Amino acid sequence: MKKTLEKNKKLKVGWFTFSCCEDSTVLFTELLNEHWQDWLPYLDFKHAKVLKSKNSLTDMDVVFVEGAIASEEKAKELKKIRAKAKVLVAVGACAVTGMPSAQRNEFPEELRKSIDFLLEKFNYGEKVRRLDEIVKVDAKVPGCPMNEQKFIELIEQMFKKFNIK
Amino acid sequence: MHLIDFDLNINEITKVEGSAGLDVKVTNGKVEYVKFKVQDYKRFYTQAIKGKPITAVPQLLSRICGTCSIAHLIASIEAVEKTLNYEPSLQTKILRTLTYHGLIIRDHALHLYVFVLPDLFKKDSLLEFDENDKLQHQLLHDTFAVKSAGNNLTKYTAGRSVHAPFPVPGGFLKIPDNNEKKTIIEEMEKVRPAVLRLIELFLNSPDQLVRPTNYAALKNDDYSYLEGKICDMNGVIAEETEFRNHLEHVVLPYSQASAYTFAGQPYRVGALARINLNQQALNSRTKKDCLQALKVFPSHNAYHNNLAQAIEILNSIDDTIEILKNNNFKPAKPDKLELRAATGVGVVEAPRGTLYHKLTIDDKGIVTEGEVIVPTGQNQITIELDIAEYIQKNLDRPKDELALTCEKIIRAYDPCMSCASHFLEINWL
Repeated sequence: MKKTLEKNKKLKVGWFTFSCCEDSTVLFTELLNEHWQDWLPYLDFKHAKVLKSKNSLTDMDVVFVEGAIASEEKAKELKKIRAKAKVLVAVGACAVTGMPSAQRNEFPEELRKSIDFLLEKFNYGEKVRRLDEIVKVDAKVPGCPMNEQKFIELIEQMFKKFNIK
Repeated sequence: MHLIDFDLNINEITKVEGSAGLDVKVTNGKVEYVKFKVQDYKRFYTQAIKGKPITAVPQLLSRICGTCSIAHLIASIEAVEKTLNYEPSLQTKILRTLTYHGLIIRDHALHLYVFVLPDLFKKDSLLEFDENDKLQHQLLHDTFAVKSAGNNLTKYTAGRSVHAPFPVPGGFLKIPDNNEKKTIIEEMEKVRPAVLRLIELFLNSPDQLVRPTNYAALKNDDYSYLEGKICDMNGVIAEETEFRNHLEHVVLPYSQASAYTFAGQPYRVGALARINLNQQALNSRTKKDCLQALKVFPSHNAYHNNLAQAIEILNSIDDTIEILKNNNFKPAKPDKLELRAATGVGVVEAPRGTLYHKLTIDDKGIVTEGEVIVPTGQNQITIELDIAEYIQKNLDRPKDELALTCEKIIRAYDPCMSCASHFLEINWL
């Protein structure tokens, strides 16, 4: 059956950042240099702290999540985001593999001891975790920073999947 | 006068790099404290480089920050080269300068257009700009055109604008194609009028927060972000290697970052400090076209950091055009560096201010110690003092307005929480 595009329908998206260097956020804003006229009319940013102040954790079609999870508090936040998203995309190396943000997981004992007081003071988790250790991840854009071409393909797929354009 | 008691808490400051919060307490009409809290989790980079070969360090430390990865990469390469007593070739220095101009254009444009401009137009986001309004339509197009010019320049010289693959200790893995210079020059000339519009916009902005404070930056005769001596407002001068001796680490128990004072005083770093100290070194074409704007410096108005950044975008454009017109790149492979046990320091001006990388290695080239000091840590106390000053003078204003203005003040500093939370300070107690 042929689908009909719904006029003025936008893809409801969120962009979320956990422990990382935010390189994929930066790359996303650079991709907009070429694609903003193509993409922005079809995107409704429900939550994107880097772009706007008034954000709400509401139902979303697609959420892009970069960064690794460094504490139990952040794991809870991620679960809340997952509950609001039809599709969750892990973006960039830290979200997909944990590294390099998870490098403290691999520290030898002596090095680990030297940071223990800090982990305790600010309630860090025992280990830094990648997203799919905590929630279901529907798609991944690996790379440090994320692979640009893969991201472009994915966002176009999402426009199709949700019958936007 | 009424006695006023209130708390102001902003859990998540938006349109900044990374996660930060703000707590203000006012008791009996006096600001009791201002706490600017860096909330990003530490990623322990200076711990992680211990035991790694020196050649692996620059690409790893680039990952401290996405937006200013080029600054960390070049500072780290400089630290490696100083450690190994190596002086790069003139061509390498020129390519690094161009790579860096790309960073300045891109990074300042992201800050000014995407983070700050909505405040100027009383909008929540650039996404709300009205395409049917002539000025807003123009600025929306300018945003992506200017960012693109910086992005393309760094791609041209360094392979990518984030975590660039070509710059390495000893040179560049790939030398740019001379045939592509023309395209870059044309793009720079094309966005130049947009940047002049941006400068005009910030010159006419009524925002004001004047609180005299010391400032410091690398000073030199060609507005280099990579070389020079560190100077402050009072003429205190430090060689790059001595910079650390002038800094005092201040522990702020509520923040995941470290704060610093310079020569015992709170101070500011960044574009405002650089233009205050070194405007005579700007490109002559920039100076000619910014006569009015440059008259406001030296300035102690915190918001003038935005104007200073806009001028720096123009300077990077003009310098890039001049360099590309006057130079042809020759094929060259990176030099091989001889290992030795030593300590080296790299100091650069990151977009947000002075960035310091220090490395110590053994005779096999294995890292035994590392230290990184970022601009946001250096600005932290000054940000808090500015906010305290603003709140104290505006206690009668509605809380919403105070919160909004506090965010604007913080944004003017262009803080980067990814940078500020990369490491563990060894003397943290």
